[in-house]
Amino acid sequence: MSAASKAGVTELLRKTGLTGLFFVRLLGACIPALARPKLIIAQIYNAGARSLIIIMLSGLFTGMVLGLQGYDLLNRFGATEALGTAAAMALLKELGPVLTALLFAGRAGTALTSEIGLMRATDQLTAMEVMAVDPMRYVAAPRFLGGLIAVPLLTAVFNLIGLYGAQLIGVQLLGVDHGTFWSQTQSAVALKDVTEGIVKSIVFGAVVSLIAVNEGYHAEPTAEGVGLATTRTVVASSVMTLLLDYILTAAFM
Amino acid sequence: MTDSQTATPQGASDAVIDVRDVHYAIDGRPIFSGLDIVARRGLITAVMGPSGTGKTTLLRLITGQIDADSGLVSVFGRDVGTLRRPQLYAMRQRMGMLFQNGALLTDIDVFENVAFPVREHTDLPEPLIRKLVLTKLEAVGLRGAAHLMPGELSGGMARRVALARAIVMDPEVLIYDEPFVGLDPISLGVILRLVKQMNDALKITSVVVSHDVQEISSIADYSYLLSEGRVVASGTPAELARSDSPTVRQFMTGGAEGPVRFHYPAADYAAELMESPR
Repeated sequence: MSAASKAGVTELLRKTGLTGLFFVRLLGACIPALARPKLIIAQIYNAGARSLIIIMLSGLFTGMVLGLQGYDLLNRFGATEALGTAAAMALLKELGPVLTALLFAGRAGTALTSEIGLMRATDQLTAMEVMAVDPMRYVAAPRFLGGLIAVPLLTAVFNLIGLYGAQLIGVQLLGVDHGTFWSQTQSAVALKDVTEGIVKSIVFGAVVSLIAVNEGYHAEPTAEGVGLATTRTVVASSVMTLLLDYILTAAFM
Repeated sequence: MTDSQTATPQGASDAVIDVRDVHYAIDGRPIFSGLDIVARRGLITAVMGPSGTGKTTLLRLITGQIDADSGLVSVFGRDVGTLRRPQLYAMRQRMGMLFQNGALLTDIDVFENVAFPVREHTDLPEPLIRKLVLTKLEAVGLRGAAHLMPGELSGGMARRVALARAIVMDPEVLIYDEPFVGLDPISLGVILRLVKQMNDALKITSVVVSHDVQEISSIADYSYLLSEGRVVASGTPAELARSDSPTVRQFMTGGAEGPVRFHYPAADYAAELMESPR
């Protein structure tokens, strides 16, 4: 291994360790933060409600594409009545949690990072420290919890709208029987499939929110530093979401 | 006034802040090498010095944001470096700090900014918080701006709001970080008068870090002049003004030539101009 590779691995391990330590501190701060529901609700609104439009539109288009592609594929085997099942499985187990997490990272994760980074750059976090208010409790923990709660809820909305999009194309446009579409879906989807999606969305929500808050909290207090931290949030969140998706999928097999 | 650290009133029984023989370095670059400063109860202590002499770093040491490499930083009679987090927070609740840029929380309005420490540290009923906040805002002349967001304030107004926030918990010590920088003459005069009023009316111990010599000299009871990591002169503003020390004279009169270097170390000017571009 070359010296540069060794340095790269060391840096990666160091950053992972620091993020782990930050996560432990964050969890410690989450307990007292739970006693301040107003702060958490405000963050669910900021990160979650304000992401609804992009989530709903993306869910609709994803479902519509699933309807088209699914119909095309299933039609080759004469099994178009299974379109509802295929779309529901794809959405619940994979596309819903993964795409929601990626969209959340791009829409709300970057906003979280830049907001906290700018608070650092403008001495707001230091001012809190000096006023004997722990910014981990007041700033970091509510934002982390807000993201953690918002992502599963957004995933549910994505799935719902996505399924409607698939139905719109499959039933309304391509002529799949309405009753068959829904009854097949209802009978094929098991609790385990729904659980898999829920667990994934919670894990993705935690990871994306942790990365966003951590990057903002430790951003260099300059315009360039905040910009770089925001970029790192998107890159790290996306890679971690896809990596964890593989691991969780394998675990649920 | 003497031109040495021995002139500082060290170990005075009325010392609220006592910085003794403090050494501090960042990445091996020494910021302080044997710093001694005392802030006495009820007085305005000015810490002056050219930019880059570590004045803000001194405030970070006093408020326990960073620890000295060696030496003692004592506030209210306790060594700040040995305090655990809850003790440190208890100490900070007895202090107020005015940041250079105000450092107001940008997602809440002026009223909520001033109410912030009260809400965080007390369980006072809302009507009482309202009265308390409006009283402090009235003191800084901004009661009418209570509903504005920080982004709607001018620099001077933001600093006055920050001052109201700093005094809302009735601190025993107020620390000002460059309170006069970038202010128009009216805002500067108002802030100056407020600093003096806070000190006179509330008997607050004040530490003002500034390089605005004339302004700070007009209100300070005792001044320290820092250069190259240590106190090079101290005394009352009148004593400093009478000093014949070249360093003090250069700083007090704003001279470019003198013991305090204005130019960053560089190669010979003429030789560099004659060099062909790289």
